[in-house]
Formats: sequence, C-alpha cells, structure tokens
Amino acid sequence: MIVAVELGLIYAVMALGVYLTFRILNFPDLTVDGSFTTGAAVAAVGIINGVPPLVATLAAFAAGMAAGWVTGILHTKGKINGLLAGILTMIALYSINLRIMGKANLPLLRQDTLLTPLRDAGLLGSAVGILVFAIIALAIKLVIDWFLHTDLGLSLQATGDNEQMIRSFGVSTDRTKILGLALSNGLVALCGAMIAQYQGFADIGMGIGLILAGLASVIIGQAIFGSRIIFVATLAVVLGSVLYRVVIQLALQAGLNPNDMKLISAVLVIIALVLPQLKVFRKVQGLSKMKKSLMAPSEPAGAKV
Amino acid sequence: MLEIKNVHKTFFAGTVNERVALQEINLTLGEGEFVTVIGSNGAGKSTILNITSGKLRPDTGSVVIDGQDVTRLADFQRAKYIGRVFQDPMAGTSPEMTIEQNMAIAFERGKRRGLAPGVTRKKRDFFREELKSLELGLENRLKAKVGLLSGGQRQALSLLMATFSSPNILLLDEHTAALDPQRAALVSRLTAEVVQRHHLTTLMVTHNMEQALQLGTRLIMMHEGRIILDLDQAQKSRMTVPDLLHEFEKIKGAAVDDRTMLQ
Repeated sequence: MIVAVELGLIYAVMALGVYLTFRILNFPDLTVDGSFTTGAAVAAVGIINGVPPLVATLAAFAAGMAAGWVTGILHTKGKINGLLAGILTMIALYSINLRIMGKANLPLLRQDTLLTPLRDAGLLGSAVGILVFAIIALAIKLVIDWFLHTDLGLSLQATGDNEQMIRSFGVSTDRTKILGLALSNGLVALCGAMIAQYQGFADIGMGIGLILAGLASVIIGQAIFGSRIIFVATLAVVLGSVLYRVVIQLALQAGLNPNDMKLISAVLVIIALVLPQLKVFRKVQGLSKMKKSLMAPSEPAGAKV
Repeated sequence: MLEIKNVHKTFFAGTVNERVALQEINLTLGEGEFVTVIGSNGAGKSTILNITSGKLRPDTGSVVIDGQDVTRLADFQRAKYIGRVFQDPMAGTSPEMTIEQNMAIAFERGKRRGLAPGVTRKKRDFFREELKSLELGLENRLKAKVGLLSGGQRQALSLLMATFSSPNILLLDEHTAALDPQRAALVSRLTAEVVQRHHLTTLMVTHNMEQALQLGTRLIMMHEGRIILDLDQAQKSRMTVPDLLHEFEKIKGAAVDDRTMLQ
C-alpha cells in the first residue's frame, strides 16, 4: 500500500499536467499517452549514456514541452480539432519514442538515477519515501498555483473560460493554448522520467491509456476535495492521484487481474462522468462542473439571453 | 480618433447567398465623439463594429485609429486601442474567475503579460475604487466569482473593464439589449458617465431609438449597408422617436425610388 501512495504522488505530477489542459484550458489533450513515454525514453537514454540524472530528467521535461507545442500548433495554426490534434501527436510519438529508445524496453539496472540515494538507503517504500515524493508533488503544485495567478497565468485561465473575452483584452489565444499544452506535456514527460527511474526501466507501452489515469485523478480528486479556488483544486488533483492508485491497489488485492486495470480505469472515469447526471447526485457540488469539457453540450453555448 | 475610410464588405461573395453588408462607408469620429448607430436588421450596424474591432476584415478600405492604420491587425492585436462591451452579458467577463482577477486581466489590456502577480494590493485598492463608481456594492465582493453575478451586474462590470484603462476607442454592441428595462437603464446611465469621465471616443450600436437619441453626441442611421442619416448634436437634440421613424421611412422610400430609376 505504501508503494501505491508513492506511485500516486509521482503520478500526481502527470495529473497536474492533465489538470492544466483539461480544466484550465478546457482542452482534452490525448498527447499525454505519447509524451509520458517520451519523457521516460529521453531520461532513460540520457542516464544510460552517462548524462547526470538531473539533467536527463530536465531534458525529459523539455522533450514533453516540445510534444505539447506540436499539438498546440496543429490545433491553433493547423485548425485541427483538439482531440484529433492530440491523437496525431500521440501516434507520431510512438515511432519517435522507439527511435529515441532504439528498442521497446530500456532497463536502467545498475545505473545511477535520481532515486539511487533513496533506494540504496532502503527508503523507497517507507514513510521517508512518501515524504520525499509528497514534497516534490506539492512543490510542483505550488509552482502551478503561483503561475496561474501571474498576469500570464490569468490569461491562460481566461482562455479556457471565455476565449472571446480574453481576446478582446489583447491576448492571442493561440499563444496561450500552445503555452498551456507545452507546460502540461512537460509535466507529463517529467512524470514519465521519474516513473522510469522509480521502476527501473522505460517501456514503449508505459503511456498507453495514461490519460484515463490523469482524468480519473482530476475528476475524482476534485469531486471529493473540491475545486473552488486553484489552491484547493490542485491539491485535490494530487490527492485524487493518490486515491486512484490506492483504489487500483485494492482492486488488485481483491484478486483482479492487472490486465484488467485499463478497463477498471475506463469504468471509473465513466462513472465519474455519468453519476452527476443522475438526479440523486445533481446536488453534489463539484461533480457536475467536472464534466464540462468532456461531455457533449446539452444546450447551445453562449446562447443569447 | 477613429477613421473608417471607403469600407466595403460583402458576405458569401460569388454565391447565391451573396449579401452586401457595407458599401462605401466613410465615417470619422473625432476625439471624444460619442456616436450612436441605429438601423434595421441587416443594415450593417454590427458589421461596422466588427470591422472596427478586427473580428472582420473589410474587402476594401481601411480602419485608422489615432493615425495608425490597423486594417491588417487581428482583433487581439487591436485590443491595445479598443475597449469592447458585447451584447451578451456573459461574453465580456470570465465566469470562473473572481471579480478582481477579471479586472486584473482588463487592466493589462494590450500589454505584454509576464510573470508578475496578476492581482497586487495596490491594484486591488484601485479596483475597489473603480467598482465603487458602479454603486452596485461589487467593491465588497472582489473575491466572488463573476459567474455568481446577475446579468446586469456582469454587464456593468464589463463596461468598467472595457473603459477603466482608457482605450482610444470604445465599442458598444447593443450592450443593453439583453437586460431587463431597469438594468438597461442603469447600464445606459453608467455608459454616459464613464464615457464622459474618460472622454472616450465611442461607437455604440443599438436597436433602441430612444436610447440612441438620449445618449451620445451624434447619431447615424444605416440602411442596407449605407449611412443614410447623420445628425450632429444640435440636430439630434431636436429629434424625437417618431421624427426618426418618419425620417427613416422617407429616406428608405427615396432610396428605393433611386434604384428603380437606375434600373
């Protein structure tokens, strides 16, 4: 169970990235599945070739930003539907990731990684491990909180909320969308780099279906812990990610097959999206807001009063 | 100062739906002039506004603001010069963000946005003072989400946000049309006040002839993409709504006669 909490805290970095696109930009970005593996691949190749682990991890962040940038350009300048733009980048990244890695699986055995000091001291899977990963996740959360309250961050928030309004105040929404996608995928790739170092290998398939884990973390976390202000919303994402891993762990302990996890993730997200539509749950604050960017609109947006 | 020179705009050119929205429009607004625009549906009122704001580009002609040709600039690039209030009270503000955050965004209109904090204590004090001028009590609700406000409150806030950073040009697009009469009167009054306070060059489109007569220093009437009547303040002050309607029928009739003659 401690491992589940540790994993949840590491994956929280990815969930925070998904939060930026899904909730702040109101853009369901599927690039995540590819950029996560890109991050893992870049970090693993770097570490194997003797690059300092910290540098390799930062390079992973940059690679993820590049992936998000591509999706942003496709969507804004190429005028491609957002979902499709993400899918295109994700599929293209599969080939690119294989190119980076050279083969489908790269073990990091006997390599010095960022986590080697913890592992050598036997602290992974202990309270100290949880503390370290909690500090990392919360530090990134606080940076996001800070960023979203700067002039630039406010314009990013407004881009997802009312595009016409923010353009009328002189902001290029193309630029803010590209920036948001780049930052988001940078975080996702950073998470991929950390997971590769945590589990000791990078694998071409490690990002498949990850967007669901991200969405589930955001949706479940914010439904339970709220999202009234950004500080709470991002904290809820971190906690949601931990909760998600714990639920998965419990499901495994209950005897479910690890191969069924993707199905369970999908079912979790579906429940979280559909439940609020049932009358009994309508009153539950927070749930109903969650679905706004993933559901078909039930009434024309911006209808004239 | 706003100059619209020889602007022509056709929608769906070359199709069966071709519609001439503006023809040979020449309109100059002097510094501090407040022009109200009236006309029937499809007269080209909104098109003039959208061409000025950059939402639409003219087929020919140019738009000049304070000597600067902005014809080729996109809407967000022109925002440096232009404050706008939309017809839909929901359109001018960001509902998920707080009043002070919305104002912080408006405060930076047209400037380069960086990593400085959006809302500072100093700005907050300034916002509070500005909000007091609305007399809606919003100065005590700086941290309330704008989505919680009523349509009238949101429109008043939109008006404040569009004007408090003194734009070169203020565009008002039937901004009271979606409000109940009481709220519309309030926003009308605030409009007159704020335009006077900041001495704003203003172009206001309205459906409401009474409002068009009551507000502003000049009135123009449009029909089928042309300006058919242009009244200065003195002429406007002598007009009543029936006068305007009468004038409209007269000119419209003459325009039809002209065309039949030409054919």
